[in-house]
Amino acid sequence: MSVHHLEEKFQQTVDAEIKIEAKDWMPEAYRKTNLRQISQHAHSEVVGMLPEGNWITRAPSLKRKAILIAKVQDEAGHGLYLYSAAETLGMSRDQMIADLHSGKAKYSSIFNYPTLTWADMGAIGWLVDGAAILNQVMLCRTSYGPYARAMVRICKEESFHQRQGFEALLVLSKGTPEQRAMCQDAINRWWWPSLMMFGPKDAESTNSDQSMKWKIKRKTNDELRQNFVDMIAQQIKLLGMTLPDPDLKWNEARGHYDFGEINWDEFWNVVKGNGPCNKQRLQARINAHEEGAWVREAAVAYAQKQANKKKQVA
Amino acid sequence: MQCSIRKFYYGDIPEEQGGGAAPSESMNQHGWPLWEVFIRSKQGLDHKHAGSLHAADARMAIENARDVYTRRQEGISIWVVESKNIHASDPGDADSLFEPAADKIYRHPTFYDLPDEVKHM
Repeated sequence: MSVHHLEEKFQQTVDAEIKIEAKDWMPEAYRKTNLRQISQHAHSEVVGMLPEGNWITRAPSLKRKAILIAKVQDEAGHGLYLYSAAETLGMSRDQMIADLHSGKAKYSSIFNYPTLTWADMGAIGWLVDGAAILNQVMLCRTSYGPYARAMVRICKEESFHQRQGFEALLVLSKGTPEQRAMCQDAINRWWWPSLMMFGPKDAESTNSDQSMKWKIKRKTNDELRQNFVDMIAQQIKLLGMTLPDPDLKWNEARGHYDFGEINWDEFWNVVKGNGPCNKQRLQARINAHEEGAWVREAAVAYAQKQANKKKQVA
Repeated sequence: MQCSIRKFYYGDIPEEQGGGAAPSESMNQHGWPLWEVFIRSKQGLDHKHAGSLHAADARMAIENARDVYTRRQEGISIWVVESKNIHASDPGDADSLFEPAADKIYRHPTFYDLPDEVKHM
């Protein structure tokens, strides 16, 4: 069978909404795109633990602390589901981690912003996880089976992340003037970076078209971003807070909210490594990996010792 | 035809057909092999494939599986098996492998026309 014929058959399978599995033939570019996207997604979950980990020891109550720990544990779990899915495409876990540490592989830029106050924990849950969920719900129907299954699992767990965030902000919004100010400040700082999470505008996104054709993605960056704005613009009313965008207003004709222009220079700057925390985040990952090396080695030595013992008995 | 895709063994990929690196290399430099995790969600149901993870040995695989796959009481029993020990059918042969069942509609109860008087059977 010629490659052309295989590609045609592959596209027919995708068009018929039949999932692609690890062992099926797939175009090399499909494999690479999925590998890049899934590994980047995995890295984002793992690096995403850092900004929130920052507040575990300073959570305002035992209840909030337990919730935050559970959320950060979920993110570790989500990273592991996704690394496993990415491994089915032929890259080893070690290689993926090496690529993250060398800067070759990217993670979501949102995690390069600092978490300055407790209210940031609420804003991250509500806005950052809220934005991530829209993307992830779409990805539950992505064409690559192992990725879709990982996303279904993740989506089931993610809803608590957003709800606890909104609830934390709701409590602050009903608090003292200082707490209300802290709440508004966190929303002001996280709003624009959250909008940037959906990626470049459709007109400038290079990967979108082919990804839509292969049903890796099912909605464009701009569609998802609009969904997000429409959702948040309503929810913020319940907090009695405002979004930091003077151009935000309901457009009756479109049936959507209009919103202001994103600062794309800032977006590309952070992607290229010049965000407020890029170096710190990556260094934290590298340190964790290097300082944990002896644990991994000891586990291997122990496993070997036990296996040898068993052999001797037999 | 499938050798153009470089793959490591994972679940349903037989080792010798996985392509890519040999198992010893794909075991990662830290030497933690890949395990497949099966979980029984409640008494009376089958163990079902939940996913995979890396662990140094079986005990660690079970403990990690508990943390990764049952944080919300999704299981009451866990099986783990090293991925390399799973043998699988080849999707490329699926048509011929499963063909024998395709033309045996008489195996289904709806194949038989019975008089209405029989009622439930």
